Amino acid sequence: MGSSGSHATVIPDGDSIRRETGFSQASLLRLYHRFRALDRNKKGYLSRMDLQQIGALAVNPLGDRIIDSFFPDGSQRVDFSGFVRVLAHFRPVDEEEAGIRDPKQPEPLNSRMNKLRFAFQLYDLDRDGKISRHEMLQVLRLMVGVQVTEEQLESIADRTVQEADEDGDGAVSFLEFTKSLEKMNIEQKMSIRILK
Amino acid sequence: MLRAAVPLLGLPLAGAGITEEPTQEPGSPGEPPPGLALFRWQWHEVEAPYLVALWILVASLAKIVFHLSRKVTSLVPESCLLILLGLVLGGVVLAVAKKAEYQLEPGTFFLFLLPPIVLDSGYFMPSRLFFDNLGAILTYAVVGTLWNAFTTGAALWGLQQAGLVAPRVQAGLLDFLLFGSLISAVDPVAVLAVFEEVHVNETLFIIVFGESLLNDAVTVVLYKVCNSFVEMGSAKVQATDYLKGVASLFVVSLGGAAVGLVFAFLLALTTRFTKRVRIIEPLLVFLLAYAAYLTAEMASLSAILAVTMCGLGCKKYVEANISHKSRTTVKYTMKTLASCAETVIFMLLGISAVDSSKWAWDSGLVLGTLFFILFFRALGVVLQTWVLNQFRLVPLDKIDQVVMSYGGLRGAVAFALVILLDRNKVPAKDYFVATTIVVVFFTVIVQGLTIKPLVKWLKVKRSEHHKPTLNQELHEHTFDHILAAVEDVVGHHGYHYWRDRWEQFDKKYLSQLLMRRSAYRIRDQIWDVYYRLNIRDAISFVGGHVLSSTGLSLPSMPSRNSVAETSVTNLLRESGSGACLDLQVIDTVRSGRDREDAVMHHLLCGGLYKPRRRYKASCSRHFISEDAQERQDKEIFQQNMKRRLESFKSTKHNICFTKNKPRPRKAGRKKKDGVANADATNGKPPRDLGFQDTAAVTLTVESEEEESDSSETEKEDDEGIIFVARATSEVLQEGKVSGSFEVCPSPRIIPPSPTCAEKELPWKSGQGDQAVYVSSETTKIVPVDMQTGWNQSISSLESLASPPCTQAPTLTRLPPRPLGAEEPRAALDLLSDPRPGFAFPPSLAKAGRSRSESSADIPQQQELQPLMGHKDQTHLSPGTANSHWCIQFNKGGRL
Repeated sequence: MGSSGSHATVIPDGDSIRRETGFSQASLLRLYHRFRALDRNKKGYLSRMDLQQIGALAVNPLGDRIIDSFFPDGSQRVDFSGFVRVLAHFRPVDEEEAGIRDPKQPEPLNSRMNKLRFAFQLYDLDRDGKISRHEMLQVLRLMVGVQVTEEQLESIADRTVQEADEDGDGAVSFLEFTKSLEKMNIEQKMSIRILK
Repeated sequence: MLRAAVPLLGLPLAGAGITEEPTQEPGSPGEPPPGLALFRWQWHEVEAPYLVALWILVASLAKIVFHLSRKVTSLVPESCLLILLGLVLGGVVLAVAKKAEYQLEPGTFFLFLLPPIVLDSGYFMPSRLFFDNLGAILTYAVVGTLWNAFTTGAALWGLQQAGLVAPRVQAGLLDFLLFGSLISAVDPVAVLAVFEEVHVNETLFIIVFGESLLNDAVTVVLYKVCNSFVEMGSAKVQATDYLKGVASLFVVSLGGAAVGLVFAFLLALTTRFTKRVRIIEPLLVFLLAYAAYLTAEMASLSAILAVTMCGLGCKKYVEANISHKSRTTVKYTMKTLASCAETVIFMLLGISAVDSSKWAWDSGLVLGTLFFILFFRALGVVLQTWVLNQFRLVPLDKIDQVVMSYGGLRGAVAFALVILLDRNKVPAKDYFVATTIVVVFFTVIVQGLTIKPLVKWLKVKRSEHHKPTLNQELHEHTFDHILAAVEDVVGHHGYHYWRDRWEQFDKKYLSQLLMRRSAYRIRDQIWDVYYRLNIRDAISFVGGHVLSSTGLSLPSMPSRNSVAETSVTNLLRESGSGACLDLQVIDTVRSGRDREDAVMHHLLCGGLYKPRRRYKASCSRHFISEDAQERQDKEIFQQNMKRRLESFKSTKHNICFTKNKPRPRKAGRKKKDGVANADATNGKPPRDLGFQDTAAVTLTVESEEEESDSSETEKEDDEGIIFVARATSEVLQEGKVSGSFEVCPSPRIIPPSPTCAEKELPWKSGQGDQAVYVSSETTKIVPVDMQTGWNQSISSLESLASPPCTQAPTLTRLPPRPLGAEEPRAALDLLSDPRPGFAFPPSLAKAGRSRSESSADIPQQQELQPLMGHKDQTHLSPGTANSHWCIQFNKGGRL
């Protein structure tokens, strides 16, 4: 908000965050401003309430789940580095960067797998590593219009699970989840251009 | 050969139109009929429509002929062939009539030929893809076209100043700019014709194609502005006129789009109320879209843009509102009209080129234009792409740029526009016409011919067609929402933000207004995919059924159709009746034909229908009748089946979750092993053993092979609902299990105890005659995603049944019995006298039986043993016959 914005020193741990997330200086600064703007009482962290006040998120069917993903393990606050870390999933994949990546280093947050994992954990509410039929049904209920009856929803959920379910346990594991999407260009579909 | 025949074919038709004209013209008015004429020749009254119909007919016939040879059409785009055909036809007409009779009239082209093509492309435009790339498309369409027009015009003027264009071409800078404006626009018809056959990836396609559609506004404006400037004379053009020209760009494009959207709104609203007059729904679509085109044309706005927007805007609502049949009608009519118009356009283009009176050649101008349009197109694309890539998530790479530059085809729009020029105002019109024709021909023929090899050579990413899956659809929606949410969090109002906004607005207001209440559901994309998947399932189920029934009847066809029976069927009958006499105390001796029919019927019902119905506790096989098929189809359409399957599965899992969870195939193998072991230990008479061994061996190999097949296909296709040819031992097993179960209690079958038949089951189903009855086609009906369901249920069935089965040694004693004999009987009984009493779900019944049978039935079996041994020995020939039969059938099925 009131920051001068031109110098990066305002960002605490700016360099280490940048290294971890791969954001450019400019994007990081931009995100930092946004973070401070969201942080209403200048607490230095964001609470659920702060995020819930974003108007459009309230109407987003997955809004709550996405807010939750900012608060892992039931914590009630997220600091800037946590905030950026979540958003780093949506950084576009840089081809050159992917080419020269040191294999010893951990996979960058914006890799295909991590993007998928982020999506997966939005489904997998109970964190058991599987999207059960029930969880699928819940998501479908959020996504599909009200005109579809519960019964039809259930059959859609059944079908969806069955389609992806390969080992026959009636649930979609992360592996099966990635497999069902292997034809899709995730790098493209789960990236936002401005988050360079 | 065939292509050579086309002109010959077309000649009499086209020639008839021309030659009859002069002969009849003097005929009818010259001598007025004195009274009632018996026969009157009224060519004039039908002339115009007749000729139109003839032309379309010629074009369509030509199309048919082209496609007779796949080799030609795979190498040469249809548009090229049509243009060449047009050239030939035009030459013939010219030779016959001594003057060019037909040509592409701009009026006809703009009012009748162009609208269907544009409507088709707008209506079937993949809207998501279009809007995802809207920025790039608009840039290329607006900036690119302006760039092309001005650079080409200016460069040609420069060429003229340099003295490379002959001085007889009287044209100033404005004339060249006018020419540049009409020659610069990429033509939607040509692009569509060529790119539809090339199959580049969707992004590339939508960019080139979208550009060709949207640049119409720019072309129209440029053309009109330049034309009026030329007509005014360059001296009188004032600064305000330039400003007006710029302003008119916005008026024409936005106005055209607005007209289109208004009509789209009207169209959507109208179709909301056609519930009782479904029959006019398709007509409404065409009428209102055409009205949009004409309105825009009337207001001299961009008509192409209007129709594109109309198609794009109304599709979602119209598709939801109109009935399924109307949808199909709209689709087909649109495609037919578009393809028809396209064919006629290219053919007329070829014909028009022949008319040498209209054009004048200047090599400098022609070559210069060709070079400049190619060069500036490429340059423009590279420059724009460089700028665009700064903003694009997925940059367009070099190969894309090459294809985009090379794909800038010019076509009939340019030709029609150049024909429209006024010769008095534009003295160089003839030269422009010639140049335009050359450019159009060059781009359509040379570039059209070479773009396919080029795409192949450059390894341009091709479009991959994969069937939609529910998962993809659902996850795609999730991703959209996630991205929208992240944009919210980041506070950036980007593309996803606005799309999300629009979707909410659409959901809240537009859809409420424009869609029927009942149509909401279809609107939902997830539901839509689900619905379509289900329909596809159903169709392929029904289709597969028909297929398999023909496949099944194939081996027995000779016996059904021919009076003189083949040896196979003779053999069959003998063996069948012999076994029947022997095995069971006869009640009636039925003919082999009846038996075969019964077998077929039994199998069709059991193998194909049962898997879907078997979970219904009350389902009895006796009730399977003809209308059961219909019911079943309906059932699929109601999407009940899936749920039932699932619920069964889940309950089954609850029961035997811990017990075992092997994949059914393993179970099958285990069983087979068990059988084999038991065979070995059983101490059969050596003869029997021998026979049995051979039979077992062949069949085992068979099933093994099929197993591997199926597993392979499953791996390949695991992401979709694909119907694989798969030896579903499960399917058969299912049919057999229940089938013989119901046979067992039949009072007529005396000696073999019910349990005998039952115990025989695993053997039968495991390897027995599965290949005998079921051709590979049968197995196609099993969708992969359902197979898992089936597999699971089978495995649970087996888990219930198998322990006693494998332990009981008796079960393996039965195989020597000629199976072919009992099977038909069973089926026959089934058919002739349906007993509703035995309606247990097979799984339960089987479980119960298998528990009891091991104790109670073994003695019985042992009692029977001598009898059976005797039988086998005395009637070895039927037995062997049976084995023959099996093999024969196998061959038949395999074929």
